[in-house]
Amino acid sequence: MTRPFKRREFLILGSTVAGSVLLKSCAGEQAGTESGTSPSPGSSPAAGGSGGTIKVGILHSLSGTMAISERSVVDAENLAIEEINAAGGVLGKKIEAIMEDGASDWPTFNEKAKKLIDQDKVVAVFGCWTSASRQAVLKVFEAKNHMLWYPVQYEGQECSKNVFYTGAAPNQQIEPSVDWLLEKYKGKPFFLVGSDYVFPRTANTIIKAQLKAKGGKVVGEDYVDLGSTEVTPLISKIKTAMPDGGVIYNTLNGSTNVSFFKQLQGAGLGPDKYPSMSVSIAEEEVKAIGVEYLKGHFAAWNYFQTVNTPASKKFVEAFKKKYGDDRVVNDPMEAAYIGVYIWKQAVEKAGGADDLDKVRMAALGQSFDAPEGKVTMENNHHLAKFVRIGEVGEDGLFKIAYETKEAVKPLPWNQFVPETKGYACDWSDPKKGGKFKSA
Amino acid sequence: VPALLDGLFNGISIGAVLLLAALGLAIVFGLMGVINMAHGELIMLGAYTTFVVQNAFKPLGSPWSDFYILFALIAAFAVTALVGLLLERSVIRYLYGRPLETLLATWGVSLILQQFIRSVSWQFTAGVGLFCALFFGAFSLLSRRSNFERIRGWAIAVLLPLSAAIAFTVANLLGQSFKLAVTKPWFGTQGVDVTAPKWLRGGLPLGGYQLPYTRLFIIALTIVSLIGIFWFLNRTTWGLRIQAVTQNRNMSACLGIPTKTVDALTFAIGSGLAGVAGCAVSLLGSVSSNTGQSYIVDTFMVVVIGGVGKLVGSIVAAGAIGTISYVIGSNALSPFMAFSPVLQSVMEFFATASMAKVVVFALIVVFLQFRPAGLFPQKGRTVEA
Repeated sequence: MTRPFKRREFLILGSTVAGSVLLKSCAGEQAGTESGTSPSPGSSPAAGGSGGTIKVGILHSLSGTMAISERSVVDAENLAIEEINAAGGVLGKKIEAIMEDGASDWPTFNEKAKKLIDQDKVVAVFGCWTSASRQAVLKVFEAKNHMLWYPVQYEGQECSKNVFYTGAAPNQQIEPSVDWLLEKYKGKPFFLVGSDYVFPRTANTIIKAQLKAKGGKVVGEDYVDLGSTEVTPLISKIKTAMPDGGVIYNTLNGSTNVSFFKQLQGAGLGPDKYPSMSVSIAEEEVKAIGVEYLKGHFAAWNYFQTVNTPASKKFVEAFKKKYGDDRVVNDPMEAAYIGVYIWKQAVEKAGGADDLDKVRMAALGQSFDAPEGKVTMENNHHLAKFVRIGEVGEDGLFKIAYETKEAVKPLPWNQFVPETKGYACDWSDPKKGGKFKSA
Repeated sequence: VPALLDGLFNGISIGAVLLLAALGLAIVFGLMGVINMAHGELIMLGAYTTFVVQNAFKPLGSPWSDFYILFALIAAFAVTALVGLLLERSVIRYLYGRPLETLLATWGVSLILQQFIRSVSWQFTAGVGLFCALFFGAFSLLSRRSNFERIRGWAIAVLLPLSAAIAFTVANLLGQSFKLAVTKPWFGTQGVDVTAPKWLRGGLPLGGYQLPYTRLFIIALTIVSLIGIFWFLNRTTWGLRIQAVTQNRNMSACLGIPTKTVDALTFAIGSGLAGVAGCAVSLLGSVSSNTGQSYIVDTFMVVVIGGVGKLVGSIVAAGAIGTISYVIGSNALSPFMAFSPVLQSVMEFFATASMAKVVVFALIVVFLQFRPAGLFPQKGRTVEA
C-alpha cells in the first residue's frame, strides 16, 4: 500500500538531487567565463554588454542535417573570438559568445534569432548557412533593425541593410568559374546538376543566362532532393546527353555529393572526359567523399587551405592547434573568421558596439588581411574577395589552378538575369539603399 | 538492345539496394510486427562499422586492405545484431503488441543513435561506461539483499544522481587533463569516407555502357543474403521456431518453444541484416549520422507494398519500385514514344529525380487503394490474430 507514496518520494528526492547537480555544473561554467573576463576600468557598462563584456550571438545548426557543415563554421567563429579576446578584446572589453542551435529547422532559426536579440541583447549575430535559414531570420533582423553576419557563398539577388555577407556573391564564384570552364573546355556541352532548393535553382538560372550570352551550350539540367542518395537515373541522363564527354556543373549540396561522385566513377565517367566544377565541395567535404573519387575534379571558392599567404598559414596553424591536427579549414570557415574580425574593426571605429547604425556605417570600407588576401567591405554589404579555382589532388587538398590577381568587387544583383540587370546596392547613401537602378 | 539491358540492369540495381535495406525490416516488421523506426540507424551503424574496419585494415597493406570489405560485412552484421539484441532486451520487449508506443520509442532510439555517432568520444565513452558500471553494478549488488523490494525506490534515488555526478566529474577531469586527445569526437558531425577496394572500382564494359562493379557486388550480396535467409527460416530449427512463433505465439509457447528467446533472435537477425545493408550502401553513398534517414521511408514502402509478412513480396516490390523509378527518372522510355510528341514531352516533365519520386508515390497510393494488404497478402485466420 505504501508504493505510490514511495514513488512520489523518489521523484521529489531524485529531482532535487539531479536539479542541484545540474545547477551546480551550470553555475560552475558561468563562473568560469566571468572570471576569465576582466572588466576594464572607465568603460561604462553598455546595454549589449553586462559588466566588461560585449555579447554577440552565434546562430548555427548544431544538430540535424546541416550540423555537418555548420559545426566547423562555429569552430572558426569561436577561434576568431578567442584570438580577439587573447589580444585584449574590443575596446578593452572581452567578447562573450552566446551560442544557439538552429537545429537545421528554419522556424527554429527564426525563434532563436528573436531570443538572441530580445532576451540576450546581443549586439551582433554571426550565423546561418543555407539560404533558407537566412531568409527565415531576415525578417527578424529587418524588423528589429539588427545585424547578421552571414558567412557562406550564396545565390545573390538580395542586399539587406541588416545583413553583412562575407561569403561570395555569384560574380565572385560561379561566374568566373563558368568563364574559366568555357575557356579551358572550348566547345564542350554543359550539364547542370543541383539539389532541389533555392540556391542551385537560382545559380543555374544565372549559369544558363551566362552561357547563353557567351555561346556555351547547356544540354541538360536536373535536380535531386536534398539528402537523396539514388543518383543512377541522373548519371544515365548525363551519359545520354553527353555521349562524347562534357562539363558537369555541380551545385549539389550535402550527402548527395558523396553518392554522385562514387557512382560517377563506377559508371566510368572520369574527370578526363567529364570534368566537373563544384561550388559546395570544400576540404571537409573532400575528406567525407574520399579523395579516390574526387581526384582531378574542380571546385571554385575564394579560399583554399593551400592558399600561400602568411595570414593563411597562421589561420591554419591556429585552427589545427585548437581543434586537432587532422582537421582542415575551408572557405565558409574563413569567411566566418573574417566576419568576426571586420565586425570588431567596425566596432572599434564606431567607438562602441551598441549603436548599430554607427557600427554599420563604420563597417563600410573596412579592410582585413584575411587568409585569402586583403578583403574590403564594400558599400553593398558584401566583401571584395579573391576568386580561386582548385583541382583536387592526391592529398585531398586543392591545387590552385587559377586565381585572380586582385579582389573582385561583389555584385549582389546579377547582371546576366534580365530582371535584375542594371540594378545595384549601396548602403552608404540612404537615398540609394538595397536596390537601385544604376546608370 | 544494350540500352534496354542497361536500363534493366540499373532498375535491378536500385531494387537490390532497396531490397537489401528492407530485408531486415521485412523480418522485424513483417514477421514480428514491430515498427522499428531505428532500422535506418542500424543501417548507419553498419556503414560506420565498415569505416572502422576499413581503417583498421589500411595499415596492414595489400592484400588485406583489398579485401577489408568481406570482413566489414561480418563485423557489421555482428555489431548491429548485438545492438539490435540490446535494443530488444532493453526497450522493445516491454512494448510488444503496442505499435504506437513502439513507434515512438524506436524513433527516440533513432535520434539517440544519430546524436551518439556525432558526439561519441573517449571522454563520452568513459563517462557513460563509468555511469553504467557504477549504477548497474551497485544495483545488482543491492538486489541481492533480502529487503531489496522495499529499498528499491530509495536505491534509485541515491544511486542515480550519485553515479551520474561521479561519471560527470571524471569525464570532466579527463577532458581537462588530456584535452583534445579524449574530447575529440571519433567520427564527428562531418561524414566519413568509405572507399571501395580497388577491385570494386570501375566497371564491366558492355557495348558503350559500363556496369559498375559496386552495383554487381550489391546485387550478388542481396542474392546471397536472400538465399541465406530462406535457408535459415526453412531449414534450421531456430528458423522453423521463428516461423511457428510468428504464426501462432500462444500455441508455440504451449508446445515448449521459448518465445522470448525467439523474439530476441529474430530481432537480432533483422538488425544484423540492416548492418549488412549499411556496409553495402557505404560503397554507394555517404556515411554520416543522417545516412539512415534516407533509407527508412523507402524500406517501409517496400515492405508494405510487398505485403507484410511475406519475403517474396518484398523482393518483387523492391524490383518493381527500382525499375519504375529508374525508367521514369532517366526518361528511358522516351525513344519508344517518338510517335507522339505530346506523350514525349509529358515524360520529359516527369524525368527529374524529384518528379520521379512524386510519380512513384502516387502510383503506390493508387496501388494500395486496390490492394490494401500489398502484393502478397497473408491469408488465413492468422491474419486476424
